Parts: sequence; C-alpha cells; structure tokens
Amino acid sequence: MSGQTSPIVGNLDWNVTPFTDVLQHPGTSTIIGAFAASVLVLGAIAAVALFTRMRWWGPLYRNWLTSPDAKRIGIMYIALALIMMARGIIEGFVMRAHQASALGTLSAQEGGLVAPDHFAQLFSTHGTIMIFFVAMPLLIGLINFVLPQQLGARDMAFPVLNQVSLGLTAAGAALVMISLLVGDFGTGGWTMYPPYTGKIFSPGEGVDYWLWAILISGMGSTLTGMNFAVTIFKQRAPGMHLMRMPLFCWTSLCVAIMLIYAMPALTVSSAMLALDRYAGFHFFTNEAGGNMMNYANIFWMFGHPEVYILILPAFGVFSEISSTFSGKRLYGYTSLVIASMSIAVISFTVWLHHFFTMGQSAGVNIAFGIATMVIGVPTGVKIYDWMATLWRGRVRITAPIVYLTGFFLLFVIGGLSGIILANPSIDYQVHNSTFLVAHFHNVIIPGVLFGMLAGIHYWFPKAFGFRLSETWGRRTAFLFVAGFIFTFMPLYALGLMGMPRRSPTFQNPDFLPWMYIAALGGVLMLCALASLIWTFWTSYRHRAALAVPGGDPWNGSTLEWSTPAPVPEWTFPCIPQVSARHDWGERKRAGDPWHGPTEYTDIEMPANTAHGLLIAVAAFLLGFAMVWHIWWLAILGVLAIPGLMLLRAMRVIEPRIIPAAQVAEADSRFRQLVASLPAATRADEETQRNRGVPDISEFAG
Amino acid sequence: MSWARLAAGCLLALIATDAALASGALQQSFLQPMGPVAQEQATHLMRVVGITMIVILPVLVGVPLILWRYRYAKPRGAYAPEWEFSGKLEYALWGVPVLIVIVLASWLWYSTHKLDPYEPLGPDPLQVQAIGLDWKWVFIYPAEGIATVDELVVPVGRPVELTLTTDTVMQSLLIAPLTGQIYAMPGMTTKLNFAATRTGEAEGENTQFNGDGFGRQKFTLRAVEPGDFAAWIARGDSGLTLDEATYATLRRRTVLADARGDLGLEKSAEPIVMTLGQQDMFGQIVAKYHGGEAERWGGTGLPQTGMTGAAE
Repeated sequence: MSGQTSPIVGNLDWNVTPFTDVLQHPGTSTIIGAFAASVLVLGAIAAVALFTRMRWWGPLYRNWLTSPDAKRIGIMYIALALIMMARGIIEGFVMRAHQASALGTLSAQEGGLVAPDHFAQLFSTHGTIMIFFVAMPLLIGLINFVLPQQLGARDMAFPVLNQVSLGLTAAGAALVMISLLVGDFGTGGWTMYPPYTGKIFSPGEGVDYWLWAILISGMGSTLTGMNFAVTIFKQRAPGMHLMRMPLFCWTSLCVAIMLIYAMPALTVSSAMLALDRYAGFHFFTNEAGGNMMNYANIFWMFGHPEVYILILPAFGVFSEISSTFSGKRLYGYTSLVIASMSIAVISFTVWLHHFFTMGQSAGVNIAFGIATMVIGVPTGVKIYDWMATLWRGRVRITAPIVYLTGFFLLFVIGGLSGIILANPSIDYQVHNSTFLVAHFHNVIIPGVLFGMLAGIHYWFPKAFGFRLSETWGRRTAFLFVAGFIFTFMPLYALGLMGMPRRSPTFQNPDFLPWMYIAALGGVLMLCALASLIWTFWTSYRHRAALAVPGGDPWNGSTLEWSTPAPVPEWTFPCIPQVSARHDWGERKRAGDPWHGPTEYTDIEMPANTAHGLLIAVAAFLLGFAMVWHIWWLAILGVLAIPGLMLLRAMRVIEPRIIPAAQVAEADSRFRQLVASLPAATRADEETQRNRGVPDISEFAG
Repeated sequence: MSWARLAAGCLLALIATDAALASGALQQSFLQPMGPVAQEQATHLMRVVGITMIVILPVLVGVPLILWRYRYAKPRGAYAPEWEFSGKLEYALWGVPVLIVIVLASWLWYSTHKLDPYEPLGPDPLQVQAIGLDWKWVFIYPAEGIATVDELVVPVGRPVELTLTTDTVMQSLLIAPLTGQIYAMPGMTTKLNFAATRTGEAEGENTQFNGDGFGRQKFTLRAVEPGDFAAWIARGDSGLTLDEATYATLRRRTVLADARGDLGLEKSAEPIVMTLGQQDMFGQIVAKYHGGEAERWGGTGLPQTGMTGAAE
C-alpha cells in the first residue's frame, strides 16, 4: 500500500497481492497465501472456461441469476454456502496444521507453518465465512426452498426482494473472497473487537473488508427476515392454520423474527466502527470518550440471537426427518412449537454471557448466567421430543438419521459445555480459551452443519429429481462426525489446560499430543468435504438409477412431497386446500392422494428480472471501492442502488402468465406417471425400485 | 448421580493428570489450583458437570438403545406410529430440566457471589497494579517501590489485589492456577483478587488477541514464602528504573525478549525487575485517556515497533 491515495485507484497498487508478498518474503506462510490466491484465480478461470465451453452462460443468466423463484434462489444460496464452506474447512485445516507445528519458546520468533499475522487472518476469515457465508446462506437457502412448498405457497411474499437479499449476501461473500487476492483481511477475529480493529491499531484495509462484507450481507439478511415473516403470515394455503404448519415452518418463523430484531444491532455496531474508521468518530476509540465496551455490548445483542438463528432451522429439519424416517408422527408438536418460540424470545436476554469477564458486578453476571441456563430447558425438551419420536418407530438408518444420531450424541456434550460456560465463576477461567472454541464448534457443527446437511440430503430429490447416494451420504456423515470428534474434543482438554484461543504459538510441550490429534481431525474434515463433493458427483452420474419422478421418495407427510420431483416452478398446479396438520399424510390415509384438481387456472408468476443481480454488482463495487478508498467508484455504487430501485419502481412490470392448459398438461402427465410407477415399500427406499411413489398402505404416521 | 459425577470426575482427572505430568512446563491450568479461587472454580466445574449429567446421560444411553431396538431392518419393540402425546411424559420432559436448572442456578448464584473478583480475600491485601502493553505486562508494587516486566511474585498466605489497565488495546489477564481472567482496558481499571496457598510457579497470560506477539505475551507468577518475598523485594533490580523513558521503550510493540534488547539487556525471556521511578504512574497512565497529559508516558497512539524487533 503506498502512502498516497490515488484519485483513480485509491489505495490499490501492485504490492497488494500475495504473489508480490511471496516474491518479497519467500516462506511457507507467503507460499500458502499465494497458493490460495492461485486456487481462487485458477478456479475462476476454470469456471469461466467450463461455462463457455458448455454454453451455460445463457441458461445461467435466464434460469438462475434473473430468476425470482424462491426455490432457485434457495439452491443458489446453498451453492454459495458450499463453495464458501470449502474455503472455510481448508482454512480450518491450515490452522490445525499450523498449531501442530507451532510449539515455540518465549525468546524465539514464532515458528510453524504460517506467520502470526497470516494465522490471525486465517481465524478471522474462517469465523466470518463460516458464520455469515456458510451457516447463514445454508439455512436461508434451505428455508427459501422448503418454506413456500410446506406452506402451500407458490413463492415468497416478495420474490424480487428475495433476489436482492441473495445478491447482497453474494456481494458480501465476494468481498471476503477477493481479499484472498487483493490485500489483507482483518486480524481481529470474526467479532472484530475495537480498539484493536480501530484505525490506530489496524490502519490497513483488512478490517474494512470485514466491515463492508458484514454491512452489505447483513442488510440482505434483514430483508430476508422480513420476507420470511410476511410469507408465513400472508402466503399460507387456505386451511394452513399456524398450528397446522410443519415444525420447519415454525422454526423458520422464529428465525424470521430473530433476523428482523437481531441483524440491525450488527448493522449498527458495524456502522459505528465504520464511522470511527472512515470519519474520525470516537465511538470505540481509546481516547476522546470512546468506549470499546459499547461495541461488545451491541455486537452480542446481535451475536447471541444469531446463534439461535443458526440452530433453529436445524431443529426444524430434525423435527421433519425424525418423524419421516421413523414412520411416525412427530411427538409433542405443541411442546416443540412452544420450545422453539421460547428459545427465540429468551435468546435476546442472554447476550451478556459473552463478556462475563468485562468487569461488571456479580449481580449482573448472575442474572445473565441464569437466563442462559433457562434457555437450556426448551432445548433439552426438544431433544427428548425427538427421542420420543424415534421411540416405538421403525427407524430407517438413512444419511439424515446418521446426522441426527451424531447430533444427539455430540450436541448434548456441547450443551454441557454451554452450561459450564454459563457459570460466570467457571467462565472466568475458560473464557477466551480453546474450551470456548470447542464449545461453539460443538454446537455449530453437530447442530447447524449436521442439520443443514441432513436437510439437503432430505430435500435434494425435490430440487433435482434424483436422490443422493445413501452409501456416500452415510460415509460423509460418519466422516463429519469423526472429523468433529478428533478436531474439537482435544480443544476442550487444551482449554482446561490453559491454552488461549487465537494463539499463533504456545510454549507448553504438553499441548503437543492434543494438537496432533486435532490436526488428524482436520485431515478427517478435509476427507468429509471431499466425500461430500463426491456424494454430489456420484449421485449426479447415477441420476437415472436414483431418479424419483414420483416426488415422494421418503413416504413423507407434508405438502412438499405431493408434487413431482424436480418440482415445477409453479410448485402446485392449484393451491391446495389444507385440512389437517400433516395434510399429505392425511390424504394418504384417505387413499388415492394423487388425484388431480378438477379445474386448472392460469398461474401468475413473477417475471424474471436482473434487478437483484444489478444491485449485487453495485453493492460489491461500493464495498470494494470503500475498502480501497476509490471514492469515485464508491459514489457511483451508492448512487446506483437507489437509481436501480427508482428505475424498477417507474416501470410497469407484468407478471408472467403460465396458461392453464400448460399446467393441466404437465400435471396430468405427472398423474399418469405416478399411476404407472410401481409403489416402493420402505424396505426398497434405498434401491432403484424407489421411483418416488411410496406404498401408501405403509403410511401410518 | 454419584456415578455420573464419578465419570465426569474421571474425565477431568484424566486431563488434569496429563497436565500434571508436566515436562518442566509451568502450571497453566485451574485443575491444579494454587489458591482458594481456582480451587473453588475447579470444584464448581465438577459440580456442574455432575448435575448436568442427569439430563445428558439419558440421551447418550437412550439414543443408541432406541436406534438399535426400533431400527427398521430388525425391530424388536412395538410400533406406535400415531402416538404423539403423553401428558405424563410432558411433565417429565419439562419438569426435570426445570428442576435441574433451578439447582444449577442456585449454585451459580452462590459461586458467582463467592468468587466475585472485586471482593478482597482478606484484610490488607498486597496491592499490585498491572499494565497491559503490547505483548508484555508491567507489574507495579507501589508500596514496595518496585516494578517488573512479565513477573508477578506474591507471598503465600497474603491476599493479593491486582488492579488492571492497559496502555494499548483491550487485553485479558489470566493466571489460571490462581484465579480467573478479567479484561483490562485503556483508561479504565478492573480488579482481580486472589491468594496463593502454596508455593509454586504458574504461567499467566493475556487471552484477548492483540496482534502478532500475542502468543508470547506470557508471564511467570511465583508464589513464594513471605520471607523469600521480602528478600526478593530487597534484592531487587536490574539497575533499571521505571521512569518515563524506560516506560516509553517498554510501550513499543515488542515481546519481552525484544524489549530487553531495546533496553540494552541481554536478549532472553528473563523477566525485568526495576525500581519504581514514580509512585503514581499507574494513575497517570489511566488518566492519559481522560484529559490527562496524553503525550506523557509514551503517548496514546499506536506504539512504535521495537528497534530490535524491526531489525529481525
């Protein structure tokens, strides 16, 4: 970075890439940096080449990037999350490998695979990516795909806003990605506590990358929350009373409410930090009346509900799969609804437990410590409810059930360490240690990640028309379980032994064996990632054998299983009339669930538009320009967004009409197909005989 | 419940033993306590683990059993597909966790009050002030007129009151075998009260990431007999005085070894012991951030990089 800011390119110059770093300071650290940047560049080139060769650009633009269809938007969210997850897991592995080689002494320069500054960037990007660009897009994507189908709606309440939300999330993710290639990322961890991240102590572009990624994607998440809430309140099919909604819809509603109330706190704390950094404000500076405690306070007002934003959709998935794969009704529906809502509300009252050690009185700590324990009650109830659902069932050990089992056995250990951390007196010891790192990975991996992967496996046939390989699905699940155990159980031990988190080096040789085990876990995590990719690939190759055009491969009981697989863009040929909690299940009990509607009408679908895409581009340019102080581009970006909105507002936009005849034709083809396909029993579920038409006589739940 | 606690105890003991078979490394864990605070923290940890096991063990045992018994391939038990509610079970599902939380919350209340770091552990505690700098700690014994870098010596049996601040970004001071951590922030003070009940050496550290030297921001706590403490005070120093100039050098972004180089001492990780140049320097350093003389004591801005550190 040169001293002067150029009016044209801002602070950019030729010395900002890892390639120049590796030439100036060759070493393992810079080589890894340059290698990562090369992977990014080569990956981008390969993708462009592939899309050009296969002539996919047109379909990509027409069918995906400009589509306001919630189902496609959901799939794009998940694709984004999986790409980001690949980077996050690899970063995690590099950190494990580094710490396994980082035993040092107090007098010698830090050793190990990467330099301390590089290590700090790794844990900062890893955390930021995993929370904001993996977990969030995974759950928002899954909700987008599933929620309207379960509610009996054709789409979200605001389809184009949905596009914009996706665009803003992707723009944020792109900023984090480009930081691999251009400049450095911040080193303050995913929470970016000032004053360390203020202009004085972190003068470079790193923190700004984080700020703009968070500000932009956070806006997208807030809008998503509103969209989900309005969809649930307004778009339910007739007869779909709130207490008839599948549990996944309930947890989506909790998430929507929490997104609306929690995300603004993050936007506020980030905007205040941005004002400190860009405009010389003193919200969180050391001097002139600034106070960093306010940042911690506001950040965690978002940060704690966020944890439950992440976990609740996974709880929704577990509710669905525990019932479906045990061939039983969900135990304690009302209990689960009350528990979910309690979690959503109580989660706003516990944020202070993230900084018990900031010096407030014991009384304050006690209040928040107890509130934290209280939230364990509804969580515990949920776990027992799912166990009761499996009890006296006929449980098929499919990949989602392997994830569910991993969740049960590991999540309770995360719950135990959560209860431990909720005690201020113990937290004083293990706060900021690897015990804490182990705890939140222990709730997020077996909770959120397993839930989302189980959900993807479960609903994948609905999106693409073929099942994922059960064998490979189970292998992936086992690898993730093993990878988790080996990586994070040692961190509990290390934390109790006094190892602080985020440490680029350590001096205690007793830590080393645990570090090696954790590094082995990192290898297993890489294997799990490879296995996950292979699951998709091998299933794609065998898609003919795995095809389930009947659309109901698991003999399910909720509305989304009544439609073909892949589900048509209009989802339902006519909006269903709901008469029971498990409407599709009830129709199976009544016999002949597949009879078609008596008449078809024209279907209005939102027209494709490039609106979201253009806003995403403008937001990305705005963020990038602000990071590098390219003021002219920033002004263009900031003007472009309201400009695009104005442009759209001025135009008359006609919906796309799908004629009744076309719907009728497609629908009757589906009904005939179902009639012609052999019904598969649950014993045949994993075989080629499963064509998506289950033996309804077997449906009992 | 007793066997649950036993199991939990075994698990933790395993970890503690591993740490105890220390290969010459300093004690770094509260599971080998050197004083009443860490002792109580370790006990409370066992207590919480034991009580919580009541709700956790049924899951750890029940899930494999249920999956085995009711697996589709070869089910043993009855099939009750429409069973979805049981009043009695509801009472148990909600009631047991509520009772557990009531018990846990009571213990939480008790132990949080008992271990309030602001409460002195006895009359006339030894007063020590700690200033967190980038990648080292300065400890000031105002009454004894002595100051150290990265060494905290305390007499066994006498309570200690540590008052903390930083002269850089936020940090967190932890001496695990003695007491928990607390944040230290510029312009503000926080407190840790503790006492050592046996002699020994422990490692203290900063746990809040603050830059490249974070991993080496460790210090040694030595708990010594009162007589040895008096001798240490009397013996004293490296010939250095902690005055404004020395402090400004220490304030640079260096780890201890590099700071020693900057001060003309031999480059090693040995702590520095100095005579205290000015009684109220701690107060002046806190006041720098509140309209005090902000230029003194090394200023308030980004500290320089160390000379020796830069040369490397």
